[in-house]
Amino acid sequence: MGILKFFPDVLKNLVSKPVTKNYPAEPAVYPERSRGHITIDIDDCISCGMCVRSCPSSTLRVNKAEGLWAINRFDCIACGYCVEKCPKKCLHMEPGYQEPMPNKSEEVFRKSPEVMKAEAEKRAAQLKKAAEAKKALEAKKAAEAAKTAQTAEKAAE
Amino acid sequence: MAKKSVIPFGPQHPVLPEPIHLDLVIEDETVVEAIPNIGFVHRGLEGLVELRDFNRMTYIIERTCGICSFGHGMGYVETIEKIMNVEIPDRAKFLRTIWAELGRMHSHLLWLGLLADSFGFESLFYQCWRVREKILDLHELTTGGRVIFSVNKVGGVIKDITPEMQKAILDTLTEVEKEIRDLQRTFMGDYSVQSRLKGVGVLTKDQASMLGCIGPFGRASGLPSDMRVRGYEAYGMLDFEPITSTEGDSFARCDCRIRELYQSINLIRQAIAKMPAGDLFVPVKGNPDGEYFNRIEQPRGEALYYVKAEGNQNLTRFRLRTPTFANIAGLCETLKGADLADVPILILTIDPCISCTER
Repeated sequence: MGILKFFPDVLKNLVSKPVTKNYPAEPAVYPERSRGHITIDIDDCISCGMCVRSCPSSTLRVNKAEGLWAINRFDCIACGYCVEKCPKKCLHMEPGYQEPMPNKSEEVFRKSPEVMKAEAEKRAAQLKKAAEAKKALEAKKAAEAAKTAQTAEKAAE
Repeated sequence: MAKKSVIPFGPQHPVLPEPIHLDLVIEDETVVEAIPNIGFVHRGLEGLVELRDFNRMTYIIERTCGICSFGHGMGYVETIEKIMNVEIPDRAKFLRTIWAELGRMHSHLLWLGLLADSFGFESLFYQCWRVREKILDLHELTTGGRVIFSVNKVGGVIKDITPEMQKAILDTLTEVEKEIRDLQRTFMGDYSVQSRLKGVGVLTKDQASMLGCIGPFGRASGLPSDMRVRGYEAYGMLDFEPITSTEGDSFARCDCRIRELYQSINLIRQAIAKMPAGDLFVPVKGNPDGEYFNRIEQPRGEALYYVKAEGNQNLTRFRLRTPTFANIAGLCETLKGADLADVPILILTIDPCISCTER
């Protein structure tokens, strides 16, 4: 009675719940490690571009002057290499896959104006400090040169 | 004597979603000769090594195949590690072994389902894939990806399998083992399965050896070629024997793969029991300089990796020979003298992955 071999399975399947889920009415449950999509804490980003250089599918774009971080989610292969490489750990891999869209587009993240202003002030202060240091160094060099010349003059006399 | 005629099989054919073209020379209903033709999905993955640095390439190489993806990533990083003389921690070796064996299980269950589908046993196909789903859930739990793992890196692995995950794996394996026994009863005992598989496409040991057949396809003909006995990663520390059959027909190939499922379950249990504590990776600095040939056992057979590097971020040359490529010669031999109706089954018995083959 070979045909009855599956009979227990048939009975089990008749009374058991479906194996599949009624998605999307019933939301999908992802494990904690699920590699769905990349998120960024944009205000912590220092626009170093490590993620851009590490991305295997070249899907990221960073512009330091504009404080911009952009990702083309349809090209992203969710490998997680940028998350591993990020020196500030501001990139995160979150569960939940990319939703369908009518056209391919880039998702752009911009830093908040307050952070941009603070960064600009910080950069200006750094530049000012560097300029002062340079000026001081030049003055020191000039003084030293004058001293050397004086010593040479004295020696000639 | 009947007139010879040629029937084109593929590149688009309902039984196989991948593009391989075969010119079948037939006499009446019998295949006299099969002339293969590949090259429909060449992607140039090997050429990409000149454009992306070797660390970025890890994630691209593992996308060579959608089934044995972990093995490709592992084979590639292992080759680079050999060039750079990096000894990875023991824990990383065991973790790689566990993931490789889970990948083998999901590949074999997928194949068993496709085989059942090819001879029209739809319910068996769904039963196989239902079991496979549990293995995919384990992949997602431990690595975050259902098919593409992305856990390898030069110097070790990125993610760990925690004790809770180990327990989940062992529990699932107990369930899966029971379900595979049910599947095995049907595959091995059902007369309709036997009538489609027994004595179909016989390949003798001599023929298999001469044509360079590898993997379960060669092992079913009695050729004990299993690269895992080489002892790479943690296989040297585990106890197992290559599984072989002597019949060399399609039924033996099915039998071999089912027995390999039990072998994989056994290997994962051994690896979890023996896995030492320790680091996941060692830091690697610098660029590779040199060349290396590496062979690992994929679910479909032996895969060969060749890497040549000249101390730059980009590799100079990368070559990957996948198991399907080696088995196409054997496939054409088994097709000789086969019924036209058995051609789809015979093509499936080598477990073809054409996208892999063309990289």
